[in-house]
Amino acid sequence: MPEILVLVDHTDGAVHKPTLELLTLARRLGEPSAVFLGPGADSATEVLGRYGAHKVYVVDAPEVGEHLVTPAVDALTQLAGRTGAAALLLPSGPDGKETAARVALRLGSGLITDAVDVVPGPDGPVTEQSVFAATYQVTAHVTRGVPVITVKPNATAPEPAPVTPLVEKQDVAFGPASAAVRVLARTPRERGDRPELTEADIVVSGGRGVNGDFTVIERVADALGAAVGASRAAVDSGWYPHRHQVGQTGAQVSPQLYLAAGISGAIQHRAGMQTSKTIVVVNKDADAPLFELADHGVVGDLFEVLPQLVEEIRRRRS
Amino acid sequence: MKIVVCVKHVPDAAADRTFTEDGSTDRASVDSLLSELDEYAIEQALRIAEADGADTEISYLTVGPDDARDALRKALAMGGDSAIHVSDEGIEGSDAFGTSLVLARAIERHGFDLVLCGMASTDGAMGVVPAMLAERLGVPAVTHVEGLTVDDGTVSGRREGDGATVSVQGTLPAVVSVTDRSGDARYPSFKGIMAAKRKPVETLDLADLGVDPAQVGRSGARSAVDTTARRPPRTKGEIVVDDGAGGAGLAAFLTARKFI
Repeated sequence: MPEILVLVDHTDGAVHKPTLELLTLARRLGEPSAVFLGPGADSATEVLGRYGAHKVYVVDAPEVGEHLVTPAVDALTQLAGRTGAAALLLPSGPDGKETAARVALRLGSGLITDAVDVVPGPDGPVTEQSVFAATYQVTAHVTRGVPVITVKPNATAPEPAPVTPLVEKQDVAFGPASAAVRVLARTPRERGDRPELTEADIVVSGGRGVNGDFTVIERVADALGAAVGASRAAVDSGWYPHRHQVGQTGAQVSPQLYLAAGISGAIQHRAGMQTSKTIVVVNKDADAPLFELADHGVVGDLFEVLPQLVEEIRRRRS
Repeated sequence: MKIVVCVKHVPDAAADRTFTEDGSTDRASVDSLLSELDEYAIEQALRIAEADGADTEISYLTVGPDDARDALRKALAMGGDSAIHVSDEGIEGSDAFGTSLVLARAIERHGFDLVLCGMASTDGAMGVVPAMLAERLGVPAVTHVEGLTVDDGTVSGRREGDGATVSVQGTLPAVVSVTDRSGDARYPSFKGIMAAKRKPVETLDLADLGVDPAQVGRSGARSAVDTTARRPPRTKGEIVVDDGAGGAGLAAFLTARKFI
């Protein structure tokens, strides 16, 4: 079975859900090995094994925390060489994509970013991507070297396939500090009581129509067990933190249900949500373009429609 | 200080973009313009120059066919000094590897202290060219940042990374990419538009840069598109006007879809 390297996305050993999705996809292509950078591998090994990582390569060196991106590039490039891996899978965030790009350049390999699916094919892995603001689906494959692929969250549902992983500590020769970028401070993203935006099954988003107060959106989100999203207009107005922005330059989400309230539906926003399975729109402007995508729409005041929705959810559940 | 800003001429993201038969982006069927996200990089370059005085020189660099020159004119209308247009039939069909190779050679030829890029193009949208440029040039990559400052031979910014917000710093020369939160871009003034017509634009081809044509274009591409398919248009569902029971109706819909 060919070895597939998966870069682990974690916070101090707490493995994030997209990594489990990568391991699940990697099993279609071969035998997954997890590449764990930084401290905390002990607490991650069990979950990595549960999702099918036969090996866990651990690189715990000070450079990993001190420098941006390049330590991961050094580690993955050298591990790819040592293991003869058949493919590398990374998460599709800024860190994962930049790491993948530089690894591919060093390996003389091809690169595919933002895959929403990966399946085995006659010439190596075949990827699916959503492009042009998610109006097109494209399938592609790498034609040179060891394929390096970044995968978006929610590309597949994580499926357990328990094994007891072999843990191997690996030494890596890091590049010169002069070409590195120093990390002066790091503030891990707070993982609050609500699901992560890109990982959630349900996302409830608010836009300009919310007019400053996201409490109404949060109440619907909590009633549905959903993550909270926001349009760029709402974020730019300072109503909600940027990490909740859905759209071309924010998070691109593909949940089972996307509920948009007070969002007109500019291309910038549609690019981040139109692959959602079910879309519900509440807007007082009947001409809002987002209604074109809606499976169900309510033309009305969100401050009346949403509280009634929350009340009705409670009634139906009691 | 010598600043090179990389810009791209892209099909209008607001238009109905399509593919050609061979799976390339169709650039003929819709109007093209300067990629909106590049305007943030231009703005940062201009702010650095304004703070630095007369010692800063800003050049724009683009790779693309003849009409890519429009993107350079728009950039020059916002400010800056000169532009470089790399145009060669052999470049057509380049992926990020080919594009970054051509850009890197042109930047080396011109000389630089700082390369500024947008966070991604609005067409390919991979967001990997700045990282590839840094890798090829062997310099620090201060990428995906807002709150950019250049001070005493270093460049710093704040980056929303995969799981954390990080403050980062690199030494010059460096490659920097800025997000759409780095500061609103200015509009070209009438005076700027007129002045742009007199600013020099140098045109180069692959031979000028010593780039082997086999390394770029379709022959140098490292991946292949197998299929492109327009997503089936979403079927517009029932749109109801709230008559006082819109919320309850929505709950009924969500229950029918098993979300409640």
